[in-house]
Amino acid sequence: MPKDSGIGASTKRREDVRFLTGAGNYTDDINIHGQAYVHFLRADVAHATINSIDTSGAADMPGVLRIFTGADFEAVGGLPCGWQVTDKHGQPMQEPKHPVLAHGKIRHVGEPVCAVVAETYAQARDAAEEIVLDLTELPAMVDMKEAVKDGATKVHDDLTSNLCYDWGFVEENKDAVDEAIKNAAHVTTLELVNNRLVANPMEPRVAVGEYSRSDDMHTLHTTSQNPHVIRLLMGAFVLGIPEHKLRVVAPDVGGGFGTKIFHYAEEAFCTFAAKAVNRPVKWTSTRSEAFMSDAHGRDHVTKIELAMDADNNFTAIRTETYANMGAYLSTFAPSVPTWLHGTLMAGNYKTPLIYVNVKAVFTNTVPVDAYRGAGRPEATFQLERVIDKAARERGVDPIALRRQNFVTEFPYATPVAVEYDTGDYEATMAKLEEIADIGGFAARRAASEKNGKLRGLGVNCYIEACGIAPSNLVGQLGARAGLYDAATVRVNATGSISVMVGAHSHGQGHETSFPQVISEMIGIPEDQIDIVHGDTSKIPFGMGTYGSRSLAVCGSAMVRAAEKVINKAKKIAAHLLEASDADIELKNGQFTVAGTDKSVAWGDVTLAAYVPHNYPLEDIEPGLEETAFYDPANFTYPAGAYACEVEVDPDTGKVTIERFSAADDFGNIINPMIVSGQVHGGIAQGIGQALLENCSYDENGQLISASYMDYAMPRADDLPFYSVDHSCQTPCTHNPLGVKGCGEAGAIGSPPSVVNAVIDALQSGGKNVAHIDMPLTPSRVWAAMNNA
Amino acid sequence: MYAFEIERPSTIADAVNALKGEDAQALGGGQTLIPTLKQRLAMPSKLVSLSGIGEMKGVCLGDAGEVCIGGATTHATVAREAAAHYPALAALASHIGDPAVRNRGTIGGSLANNDPSACYPAAALGSGATIITNNREIAADDYFQGMFTTALEEGEVITEVRFPVPEKANYQKFVQPASRFALVGVFVAKYAGGVRVAVTGASEEGVFRWTEAEEALSGNFDGGAVDGLSVPSDGMISDLHGTPEYRAHLVKVMTKRAVAASG
Repeated sequence: MPKDSGIGASTKRREDVRFLTGAGNYTDDINIHGQAYVHFLRADVAHATINSIDTSGAADMPGVLRIFTGADFEAVGGLPCGWQVTDKHGQPMQEPKHPVLAHGKIRHVGEPVCAVVAETYAQARDAAEEIVLDLTELPAMVDMKEAVKDGATKVHDDLTSNLCYDWGFVEENKDAVDEAIKNAAHVTTLELVNNRLVANPMEPRVAVGEYSRSDDMHTLHTTSQNPHVIRLLMGAFVLGIPEHKLRVVAPDVGGGFGTKIFHYAEEAFCTFAAKAVNRPVKWTSTRSEAFMSDAHGRDHVTKIELAMDADNNFTAIRTETYANMGAYLSTFAPSVPTWLHGTLMAGNYKTPLIYVNVKAVFTNTVPVDAYRGAGRPEATFQLERVIDKAARERGVDPIALRRQNFVTEFPYATPVAVEYDTGDYEATMAKLEEIADIGGFAARRAASEKNGKLRGLGVNCYIEACGIAPSNLVGQLGARAGLYDAATVRVNATGSISVMVGAHSHGQGHETSFPQVISEMIGIPEDQIDIVHGDTSKIPFGMGTYGSRSLAVCGSAMVRAAEKVINKAKKIAAHLLEASDADIELKNGQFTVAGTDKSVAWGDVTLAAYVPHNYPLEDIEPGLEETAFYDPANFTYPAGAYACEVEVDPDTGKVTIERFSAADDFGNIINPMIVSGQVHGGIAQGIGQALLENCSYDENGQLISASYMDYAMPRADDLPFYSVDHSCQTPCTHNPLGVKGCGEAGAIGSPPSVVNAVIDALQSGGKNVAHIDMPLTPSRVWAAMNNA
Repeated sequence: MYAFEIERPSTIADAVNALKGEDAQALGGGQTLIPTLKQRLAMPSKLVSLSGIGEMKGVCLGDAGEVCIGGATTHATVAREAAAHYPALAALASHIGDPAVRNRGTIGGSLANNDPSACYPAAALGSGATIITNNREIAADDYFQGMFTTALEEGEVITEVRFPVPEKANYQKFVQPASRFALVGVFVAKYAGGVRVAVTGASEEGVFRWTEAEEALSGNFDGGAVDGLSVPSDGMISDLHGTPEYRAHLVKVMTKRAVAASG
């Protein structure tokens, strides 16, 4: 019988009440007395030398307080990059300067060039139109392979070329991989594009900077997934503000999907300008600005080769990927195509030899960084597409080919540096076959054909490394930060609890699911427990939420802190019950002396901690509050199998998703409803990438999909009803809850099955189409059919 | 947006008068103009809202049985009130945009804007409608003059649109995936005097009549009648969402589907 509270209960999301009734407190809801507004004059060309900037006409416009240019930021630092990749020759990546406002050169459309601070937003915008930029346009580098050619125009004049790094992984294995591919019985090769995406959270980015002269305190209210990271990066590297003089607050945040991890110029600007003009300074992104200033995602061009022996056992994989960095290195950009991508190339399969080459390239486009899944969708897509192509070339069933090559024994050390602690890929595949009714496909295909439609079935597996991440490991890999997390469990005198967590909830439902864990541990109702997050002045520390890490890392810190609280409370209870603390048991909110009927309630113990009249003051301090930091021993490895069934209209090329099924192994689950919701959302974004979304530049570096008129977001009627299952559970072996993380799985696991299904449909109609690049728009599918 | 004055006249005469001011601009439902203003791509000194003019609203039947729709009538109203008289027109109106768009956008605004991918121009041209303005009547064949270009003169207001009701009709829209405007939309209407086929979304010249199909279908009102025809891709729109060849192909597919669906 399903539980109605605690771990495993589908408790309804308490935060939805405020979100759905207009009571949320988003950054744009924050308006501070006396605040001024900033409008950024953004570049409308992709690449140019700035000869001069004339702000004299603008400065005299009504309401203008001050106009800033790149020169105003010469004395402070640039936006830092949080990860340094070492290339295949052992050299550090090329790392360009990243100014807050463009200085000397413009490097992408949308780059902020000037900032006008005025009494009203309209006045700032009016004045910005009077600024005169004298520019000399330069050729725009848009295509990655063009950008790395000898003699290509350099995006950054002080770098040797547009190549950020040329990474080989594992470089020592390269010769063995080359040899295995040369000698293979069969090699399947696939060239593909992983399309550039714009995250498009419902809430655009907002920043409000504030400065208090009375205590020299800076405050930044911002739309962030990780306020402490912003405090560290902006304080230490950009503005030189010590951490005790800088508070970063990220209140309700309306979706992040990765793009709100990073430290952005607008945040540094508002913090800096608030002191410079001695007024709070607010910026609210328009949707148009979001398209050309939020970090984009994906944008890989890849060639993958899969070698097999005569019995179809995978023997080697070799990949070559061009990864677009955009014009500057966003906060975690270098890690995405390397450590979040190369390490996943083994997938669910025991391929003994793997070599991954990644060339990261600077172009005159918006910086590219992590977007839901970040590197792992790119790895999964190429691997699961090439396996499907191999199955077709070899004339074997694609599910059987996968099964034959599954990793079956754990722990499993891959040839790409990670060790899977646990998993059962056969179980999720069997579950998928059941929920997707694979056996009934032939009949459904026949019915579709009767209606003049081509029906296809696509299947794929995925594995991801999340619960990011062991600090000592990522330190070796180039991270410039630790990736632990922290929690404080503060028990109030009357027994209610506030938990200050470093994780940040921007849609994930932490305010509901984290209390379920504490409720389970102590045995008090969930509504006696609140989660506090998103404010560096209230929480101990935290690395924030991304990489499906909140529960696996911060949740583990919370459990450790709660264990400390419980241990202390047991000592207090032992004193009150005149027993030994080793004999005290806590169950359902009651402390009992084992084997007796003597007990004391949770609330009486907590009251004693704060009103210590009858209390062992000689042994323990009053109060009941504990903090724990938790650094994971390994990544977690959620895995699963997904199936998509499509119909293709042969007259128009339109793809309709008829069925979509997902069998995931997330280890133990705290709230099944929230987990299902996370999978649903991830699949929607994966289907969006596969069929609809395409961030596109023209040859001049103009963003031609810069609004919803041209950038196709998935809508409810583009999507089917999903069948999702997470009953296959192999608990994580190294964290206290046995949880793995579920936030990115849907986005990682869904694109390959969609494309596999479309190819299957076309092949069933006699169209010899081996591959179509995402998004599989009607136009592209029709063209592929007609060129086949 | 830039600052502007706004007037809200309650009669056509007052609206026409207000529009005589320099840089004055008529505002229908605002579904194109307001986003344009927000992008600062237009700078009218004055907006004259047509949404408060009662005599420009509603659906009724004319003496000859034609469906008469006031220029300020919203798509939602047309979807509801024209359904009994001209189902194909009502169905077209019911699939423009989303509910918010349909409850604000108006037929007059859509026809005055003449977006090359809008639905209403296909209905008006495909039905041989008459565009009534404050000072004249314009046949649809004379009204549409290319992308965003019409026969309307400065300050002229569409007060009514009259649609002769065909024996059979249907509109097939193949949507552009992002905007859900028509990537290609085809309106087919069979009248006693012949068949009209109007195509939106496809051509760089805006809505047009596919006369070869009209001739073929007038002889034999069956989708198969256009099988032997082909639509040239010259002059078709090329963008992220479709090549000229794809659009030309869709014109034929949608025409056949419209004929089949017209019952």
